[in-house]
Amino acid sequence: MTTFLGMPALPAFGSGNLFAGESFPKAAHRELGNAQLRANLGHATHTIRDKRQAVVSELPDWEQLRDAGSAIKESVMARLPELLEEFEKNFTARGGVIHWARDAREANEIVAGLVRATGETEVVKVKSMATQEIGLNEYLEEQGIEAFETDLAELIVQLDHDKPSHILVPAIHKNRTEIRDIFLREMPGADPALTNDPPVLAMAAREHLRRKFLTAKVAVSGANFALADSGTLAVVESEGNGRMCLTLPETLITVMGIEKLLPTWQDLEVFMQLLPRSSTGERMNPYTSLWTGVTEGDGPQNVHLVLLDNGRSAALADEMGRSALHCIRCSACMNVCPVYERTGGHAYGSTYPGPIGAILSPLLTGIQAEENSSLPYASSLCGACYDACPVKINIPDILVHLRSVDVDSKRGTKKVPSQMDVGMKAASWALSSGKHLGLVEKGLPLGRLAAGRDKKIKKLPGIAGGWTQSRDIPAPPAQSFRDWWAKEHKSPAPSRDEKETQ
Amino acid sequence: MSAREDILSRIRSALQDSPEAPQIPREYRAASGMDADGLVDLLVDRLVDYKAQVAVVPAAEVPATIASLLEGARSYVVPEGLDGGWLAAMDDAGTGGSRRRVDSPAEPLSVADLDGTDAVVTGSAVAVAETGTIILDGSANQGRRAISLVPDHHICVVKAADIAGILPEALGRIDGTRPITMISGPSATSDIELQRVEGVHGPRRLDVIIAR
Ligand code: SF4
Repeated sequence: MTTFLGMPALPAFGSGNLFAGESFPKAAHRELGNAQLRANLGHATHTIRDKRQAVVSELPDWEQLRDAGSAIKESVMARLPELLEEFEKNFTARGGVIHWARDAREANEIVAGLVRATGETEVVKVKSMATQEIGLNEYLEEQGIEAFETDLAELIVQLDHDKPSHILVPAIHKNRTEIRDIFLREMPGADPALTNDPPVLAMAAREHLRRKFLTAKVAVSGANFALADSGTLAVVESEGNGRMCLTLPETLITVMGIEKLLPTWQDLEVFMQLLPRSSTGERMNPYTSLWTGVTEGDGPQNVHLVLLDNGRSAALADEMGRSALHCIRCSACMNVCPVYERTGGHAYGSTYPGPIGAILSPLLTGIQAEENSSLPYASSLCGACYDACPVKINIPDILVHLRSVDVDSKRGTKKVPSQMDVGMKAASWALSSGKHLGLVEKGLPLGRLAAGRDKKIKKLPGIAGGWTQSRDIPAPPAQSFRDWWAKEHKSPAPSRDEKETQ
Repeated sequence: MSAREDILSRIRSALQDSPEAPQIPREYRAASGMDADGLVDLLVDRLVDYKAQVAVVPAAEVPATIASLLEGARSYVVPEGLDGGWLAAMDDAGTGGSRRRVDSPAEPLSVADLDGTDAVVTGSAVAVAETGTIILDGSANQGRRAISLVPDHHICVVKAADIAGILPEALGRIDGTRPITMISGPSATSDIELQRVEGVHGPRRLDVIIAR
């Protein structure tokens, strides 16, 4: 292993679609008002999570696979420079070309340059989080290059000029009738008699994209894994649009985060067992494609890979947070998250929603980025995400860690105490002594006046109002426990203060 | 500084605490220990679950099975290196040979030709019983990736001896640097209200012939 001897560099944070446009509480509040979204998401997350549970329980060695997956990823992070160089050597030796991109802008420019060099103005795309992260489609459009999403859900989202709301089922917030309407409105030549039957809609998408697949000269993809010892890339998918893009065009451009490496071909046996089961709840996804540079007479003959940093090295520098880079984007954590289930993916702003997004986005952009500093608070810390994660990322611990980084980063800066600070001060005063608490409790019956006839408080002022915006609070009891005790026992309830002074 | 140098130096700098690469615990299963019949049964069960059609036949009946599966196809493509004899029944059937298109490295069919072809017949490299996965590695009896992708009906022959129990056994048998396609059932999507629809862009029909 090489030892770093140079000057420590300042962390270089990422750019692109990693920022929340508004703070999480604000966005979440708006999304909470969308009953359709909540119903769709609730159904989807519960269905996928039940399927996942069933196929995971089938494997007697699931926990051993998770242990192996977690250790492999930890060793990748520890050995990242040497593994990247090894991968580069092997991929290049077989005719592939590697490009390095420090950030979103650089990656976009490289891809646009490569497309321009082919003389083409259209590309077909396989679903890819990395290209969504860097905003590639929008950039290409500015450059006069049209990018066609070919995954059915991505196509729906793209046609509707919308954003994905889930990383596995990006169009889950839309129902079949909405999808039919989008097709009728945006798909040239769509049959006016189109019904909202899913197979009919899927066939319409097939017709729409078929010609594109058969004539496209350039494709852009992401990658699920890259194997350092063989120089191989892997894409995992269901519909066959991946295979179409990866094999029919002449030029293939893949954009991949530098954290996606696995050291050896053997490691694939671990991740190809962990990913499909955690992700779609299937024993195996319908199609997986693997390619190593160029194969003469089979598939694209110009094969490029853009290795993307965009804040990953900064995330790596956070000793506690770096394991967020172990993520294989299976989406299991969002399907079990009570917060995500209610707010949906849009509330997180970034390409990466849900529990992993709440830690990954601020790690990539720096928690100082105002828009992302509220994300680590978007969690109830229930721990379900940690239990579900196939590579055992301890998301709750990293959330707590990032909250403290956030608080530290704000210390010393001019900051007016927020309502939360004031509330917390009051609470710590009240809870610090039995006498104080007793005083506060005297005020409790007042709370009953705020409650309506159904004994629920529907609206509270200030910070507590954040709670009552989406839930009711039961009215406090008419009598406090201390009052009740005093009446029953004809003496004040024992308090810590009194015992201590005895 | 080039982007490459810059990124590598950022990463080295990020790793100043010199984290140790842990030993990888590989206590997970490396083999299933199933016998030949068990492997066939499990693979059939998994393929049927994916809505693929399966026929388990003695090796001698492979040609007849292929011929019956190709009955409705106006045309079909085969790789030049397809196992000799598998198409014997088609040859005997008279018109069978005339519907056949052979794809070879020297004379590859165009994408448009493949699009106008109803079916494809290939062999396979290895299969995984536990997950119902068939792996193609571009060997001569499977041909290049495009031929098993564009026609709408894929007929794939799996030799019983090529069935592995679990994924680690299967991946151990193939060369990772070949162009590899892993197939588990026909193409499918669940993107509209999570309702599974078979067949989007890949072949909508997958027939697997397991040859004992
Ligand atoms: S954090 Fe874990 S559970 Fe969540 S998407 Fe990543 S790998 Fe899956």
